[in-house]
Amino acid sequence: MSQETKTNSGSNEPKSRVKKTGGVPSTGHSWDGIEELTNQLPRWWVWAFYLTAIFTVVYWLFYPAWPIGSTFTKGVPGLNSITYTATQVDGTQVEKTTHWNMRSKFMVEMNELHAAQKQWFDKVAATPFDEIAQDAELMQFVTSAGKTLFSDNCAPCHQAGGQGVIGFSPNLTDDHWQYGSSYAQIQDVIVHGRQGYMPPFKEIISDEEITQAANYVLSLSGEPHDAASAELGAKVFQSDTASCYACHGTDAKGKEGLGSANLTDKIWLWANIPEIENADEKLKAVKNIIAGGLNRGVMPAWEDRLKPDQIKLLTVYVHQGLGGGK
Amino acid sequence: MQASTSKQSPLLNKHIPIVTRSVKGKFRNFKTAVMVVAYSVYFLLPWLPWSRNSAANQAVMFDLESRRFFIFDLIVYPQDIFWLAMLLFIAAAFLFFVTGLIGRAWCGYFCFQTLWSDLFILIEHKLQGERPARLRLKNQPWNAEKIAKVGGSHALMILVSFWTAMTFASYFSYAPQFVENFFTGQAAHAGYLTVLILTVTTYLAAGVIREHVCTVGCPYARFQGVMYEADTLAVSYDVKRGEGTSGRALPKAGLKTREERQAQGHGDCIDCGYCVQVCPTGIDIRDGLQYQCISCGLCIDACNNIMDSVGFPRGLIRYDSEHNLASDAPHKARLEWKRLKVWGYALALVVATGFLFYNIGTRSDTEVNVLQTRQPLFVVLSDGSYRNRYQIHIVNKTEHDEVYSVGVRGIPAESLNIGDIPEVRVRAGKSLTISARIDLSRELAKATQEFDFVIQPSSADVEPIVLPTNFYSKRDK
Repeated sequence: MSQETKTNSGSNEPKSRVKKTGGVPSTGHSWDGIEELTNQLPRWWVWAFYLTAIFTVVYWLFYPAWPIGSTFTKGVPGLNSITYTATQVDGTQVEKTTHWNMRSKFMVEMNELHAAQKQWFDKVAATPFDEIAQDAELMQFVTSAGKTLFSDNCAPCHQAGGQGVIGFSPNLTDDHWQYGSSYAQIQDVIVHGRQGYMPPFKEIISDEEITQAANYVLSLSGEPHDAASAELGAKVFQSDTASCYACHGTDAKGKEGLGSANLTDKIWLWANIPEIENADEKLKAVKNIIAGGLNRGVMPAWEDRLKPDQIKLLTVYVHQGLGGGK
Repeated sequence: MQASTSKQSPLLNKHIPIVTRSVKGKFRNFKTAVMVVAYSVYFLLPWLPWSRNSAANQAVMFDLESRRFFIFDLIVYPQDIFWLAMLLFIAAAFLFFVTGLIGRAWCGYFCFQTLWSDLFILIEHKLQGERPARLRLKNQPWNAEKIAKVGGSHALMILVSFWTAMTFASYFSYAPQFVENFFTGQAAHAGYLTVLILTVTTYLAAGVIREHVCTVGCPYARFQGVMYEADTLAVSYDVKRGEGTSGRALPKAGLKTREERQAQGHGDCIDCGYCVQVCPTGIDIRDGLQYQCISCGLCIDACNNIMDSVGFPRGLIRYDSEHNLASDAPHKARLEWKRLKVWGYALALVVATGFLFYNIGTRSDTEVNVLQTRQPLFVVLSDGSYRNRYQIHIVNKTEHDEVYSVGVRGIPAESLNIGDIPEVRVRAGKSLTISARIDLSRELAKATQEFDFVIQPSSADVEPIVLPTNFYSKRDK
C-alpha cells in the first residue's frame, strides 16, 4: 500500500489523474490503484443526517430512551403522558397516568374496545332472552362475543365447539339437556354450577341384577342386548331395592331437576356406547357405571368469575349460537 | 439517433436551477387545456353531490371506514379488488400502446408532476416575471423586492399544495364535513397526517425538486424510454435541415436568408437557444433524443415561432420518427400504427377493458358465503338423527335494506332452522351473519352428502343464489 502511494505521488501522475476524475482532487489514499477522492457527500444526504440527529433529541423529550442504572429516562413529564382505566383485583376501577409506554398504550386501546362493546353488552343486558334471539344483528354480536367468552371459560371442558367429551363433559350442541333447555335453566346452571351424582350399586344389588339392568338400559336406546335379561332388568329398574326410577323416572327419561340422564335416547354422556362395536363390551361398559356409580359430573359456579351480562350473553350463545336449545 | 452528450449526475453537482421562458403555440395550448380539465375534475369532483342512502351524499368517495368506494352509482367492495388489478393492467397496456406510437405523451401532458410543475412555473412567471427578470432576481441580494416576489411565489405554491392535499383527503371523507372538521381541529389524525405529507411532498416535488423527479426519481420515465422504436413519433430536431453541412449559424449579415445560408452550407437553425430556454428539464433537444426529455412539445412551439419570425418553414423541431429523419427521402411525419406491437397492445387493451366492463356490468347485488361449523362436524341428536350447522354471511350491496329468503334445495324444507329470527333483513351496504342448522333423519342423512342453500332477495326480481353445500354424517364402515 505504502509503495503504491509513493508511486502515485510521483511527478506527472496526479495531473492526468485529476483530469480523469473530473477535477476532483485525491485524498492521497490509494489501494491497488483505486483512489479515494474528496467528493462531497450529496447535500440531501447530509441534510437527512442532520434531521435524524435533531429527531433523536425530540425523541428523548417524548419517549423513554436512556437506561440509567436500574431505571431509565421517561421523557419530559407531562409532554407525552398516557392515561388509562385499570381494573384492580377487587374489581374497583382506577385512573392511571404514566409516561408513554407500549403497555399503557395497549391498556388505552383495550379501554376503547370495551367502550365500543359496551353498547352491545348493555343491549343484551336490557333485552329479554327471547327478544335477543329474534334480533338478527344482536345475535350476530352474541355469536361472536359468545364464541370468545366460551373459548376463554368453557372450552377447556366443553371443547372449542361445545361438543364436549364423552365420559367427561356434556355435548352442548345436541338437543338433550340434563338440567333443562330453557334460557332460565341454562343461566341457572352457569351461575351456580352443577354436581351430578349416581350412587354405586354393587353393594346394593347382585351382579346378576346389574347385568339385567344393564341389558334393560341398552334395550331402551336400541342397542344390542339380551331381551330376556332386559325384561328382568326392567323389574330391577322399577324395584324399590335398586330404585333406579327414583332418579331416572319410571319412563327412564330422566328428570331435569336432578340432572339424571335420559336413558331412552341415542345420546350417551358417560360411556361411548355407540362407538363400541362388541356387544359384550357395551354391556360391560354399562355394568361398570351401574356398579361403580358416578361422581364426576362437576361444573363450577361462574357467578363470581363472570359478570351478569357476560353470563346472560353466554346463556344465549349456548342456547342459540351452539344450536342445542329448543 | 444522435448520441446524447453524457453529463455528470446532478446529484453530485451543485444544482443549477432551470428558469424556463414562456412560449405560445399549439402544444402550449394543448398542455393548458389538459391542465384546466384535469384540475377542474380533481379539485371539484369531491364537491359533486350525489343522492345516496347508506353513506354521505358525495359522488366520488372512497369510504375507508365502511370499506366501500363510491364512484357515482357504482359501489366497490373490498371483494372487488380484482377490478383494481384489471384497471392497473389496462393503464399499463394503454401506456405501452401510446408510448410505442407517440413516445412519452403521459410524461409531457398528463403526469401529475408535469401538471403541478407547470402550474408552479406559471405562478413564478406571474409573480416574478419572464425568464430574464427571474434570473436577475435570483442573482440579486435578498432585498424587499426579492423577498416579496420569491417568497410570495413560494407561499402561493405552498397554498396550492395545501389545497391539493385537502382535496385528496376529501376523496376519503365527506368533503364539506372534512374541511369544516379540519379547521376546527375535529378531523381524524390520519386526515391531518395525510394533508401534512401531501402538502410537503407536492410543494417539494413540484416547487423545489422539479425536473429531478423525472430524471432521477421516476421509474416510469426510464422504462418508457425502452418502448421507443425507430418508428415511434418523438420530439426531434431535424439535424440534416438544421445543421446543413457546415453546422448551425447565427443570422449575421450575409446569413439572413435561406438561400444565403444554403449557399454557404449552413442549416436553418439560427442557434437562438429559444428551444433550450423553454425546456422544463433544461436539455438541448438538438443533442438528440435524451432520457430527460418528457416530450412536452414546448421546444416545438418555441422553434416554430422563431422560424415564423425569420421566414423559414416550420417544423425544424417536430414530432417525427427516427426512421423518417434518417431516410434520404423523408415523408411528412405520420403515425406508424401498422406494427405488430401496436396491434398487440391494442388487442390486450380492448380485451382487458371489455372484460372489466363486462364484470362490472354483471356484478351481483348480493354476495353470500356459507361456512360450515367444523367443531363438531356433525351432531347426533336424541332420536338418532344428524345435525349440521352453518354460518351464512350475506352482503347487501344495494342502497336499500333488503329482506332475504333463505331456503334449501335437495332436502326437505322443514329440515332448515335459522333460529328465532323472524326475517333476514340486511341493511343497505351492510352484511349479516346468521346461524343455520340442518337436521336430517338417520336414513336421509346417510343418503345426503350435498344439498343447496337458496338465497333470494325478496324485493328484486333476480335469479336466486344457489350455494352447493356439504352435509356430513357418520358413514357406515
